[in-house]
Amino acid sequence: MLLIDCPYCGKRPELEFAYGGQAHIARPPRPAELSDQQWTDYLYLRTNSRGSHAERWRHVHGCGRFFNSVRDTTTDHFSVTYRIGERP
Amino acid sequence: MKRQSWSGLSLLRHSLARHRGWREQWRKAAPKDHYDVVIVGGGGHGLGTAYYLAAEHGLTNIAVVEKGWIGGGNTGRNTTIIRSNYLFDESARLYDHAVKLWEDLSQALNYNVMFSPRGVMMLAHTVHDVQVLKRHVHANRCNGVDNEWLTPAEAKAFCPPLNVGADLRYPVLGAALQRRGGTARHDAVAWGYARAADALGVDIIENCEVTGIRRGTHGAVEALETTRGLIQSRRIGVVAAGNSSVVMRMAGVELPLESFPLQALVSEPVKSVFPCVVMSNSIHAYISQSDKGELVIGAGTDAYTSYTQRGALHVNLHTLEAICELFPCFRRLRMLRNWGGIVDVTPDRSPIIGKTRVPGLYVNCGWGTGGFKATPGSAQVFAWTIAHDEPDPINAPFTLERFREGALIDEAAAAAVAH
Repeated sequence: MLLIDCPYCGKRPELEFAYGGQAHIARPPRPAELSDQQWTDYLYLRTNSRGSHAERWRHVHGCGRFFNSVRDTTTDHFSVTYRIGERP
Repeated sequence: MKRQSWSGLSLLRHSLARHRGWREQWRKAAPKDHYDVVIVGGGGHGLGTAYYLAAEHGLTNIAVVEKGWIGGGNTGRNTTIIRSNYLFDESARLYDHAVKLWEDLSQALNYNVMFSPRGVMMLAHTVHDVQVLKRHVHANRCNGVDNEWLTPAEAKAFCPPLNVGADLRYPVLGAALQRRGGTARHDAVAWGYARAADALGVDIIENCEVTGIRRGTHGAVEALETTRGLIQSRRIGVVAAGNSSVVMRMAGVELPLESFPLQALVSEPVKSVFPCVVMSNSIHAYISQSDKGELVIGAGTDAYTSYTQRGALHVNLHTLEAICELFPCFRRLRMLRNWGGIVDVTPDRSPIIGKTRVPGLYVNCGWGTGGFKATPGSAQVFAWTIAHDEPDPINAPFTLERFREGALIDEAAAAAVAH
């Protein structure tokens, strides 16, 4: 089980968290102006990185807040967790 | 090298010679400079693809490159369940095609894959489950796929260890049974295809990791860069399961995949107590018994993407709680070992089998948590796709373009769980 460092609450076991998928995917401000391919990429394409991966977690059984992290998907080691709006 | 034919007679002959005459089942091939087709990934789907290319399409200058060893990935890590009771027409055709091939695969390969159609029973615990499973039963029967509804008493009769008591937290309200479903020996599937493909001249190259895909001036694939040197080929089929995103990115193709750890575990071996396969999507129990006697249990995926081939114990605990509730007689069994594999999951939980926008590059991926059951069917239609440069009618709906066109085959919504 992962030990995850919530930037608001500190280190807690993975069971307290929900995974939020790849981080920093911004919803396009004007979807109607996108091509089908651009919209498809936004909806479905993911980097699925083997290595360093920016992702979101939510501390559902704690503070309830979303935050971001960078984790190495070949070791599951977190290099950093940071608040929404911040940069690592 | 002539293939050793296996039969009762050959067993007798070798036993008289004290079993000193058995040869290796396939050659340890070294890569040549050039092949007509190279398959990336030496699991069941990849080896099967090479076999059908050689056996049914007359191609013999074929290689399978595998970064580890044959059957060391998801082919050797799954829970060996075979069924075709999928909701949508496209899925029913694809998976039932595979079940039909399973039925005489041992004869076709001269290799005992131990296919055992012992029946797959899916349990309903809520009114919603009952409605969903009955809908599956009717949809399957319209598609010529066997599936039938059982009352709790009939389910108990089919699987005596099952607890159908009314005091369960999630009582058994009924079950859908596919009698043609069952299990097979997963290692034997990889070995059987490897041996049969090798006998037809296919080079199986283990410990050979792809590090790059070279494309020519018109964008078409030209060669693979590997840890064992450059291999030229104008047709490349990628069947790399959890690492499909990584391999395809080498050719500049991005895929709608995410790779998750999926775990399984087995108990200590006991005498034959469990006659079928039981699945419960709602409370997450997947269980059968191997011929060795171990209970084979499928746990869930971990929540996060990973390539580690391991997961967390709480995921296994979750499924064991469900199994102890459904089968109280197993409460004192000890678990022998657990492991993880990396599964590539698509947004609609259906695979991608077909061409890509890169000429000469084909992909077979996205099988998620349920690829083993499809192995022969997937391999046969993928071989057709590579040989003809167009999809077989069975895999034609399973394109990469379906995500852009909105023509999803949404088994994720149909089953409401990973499968």
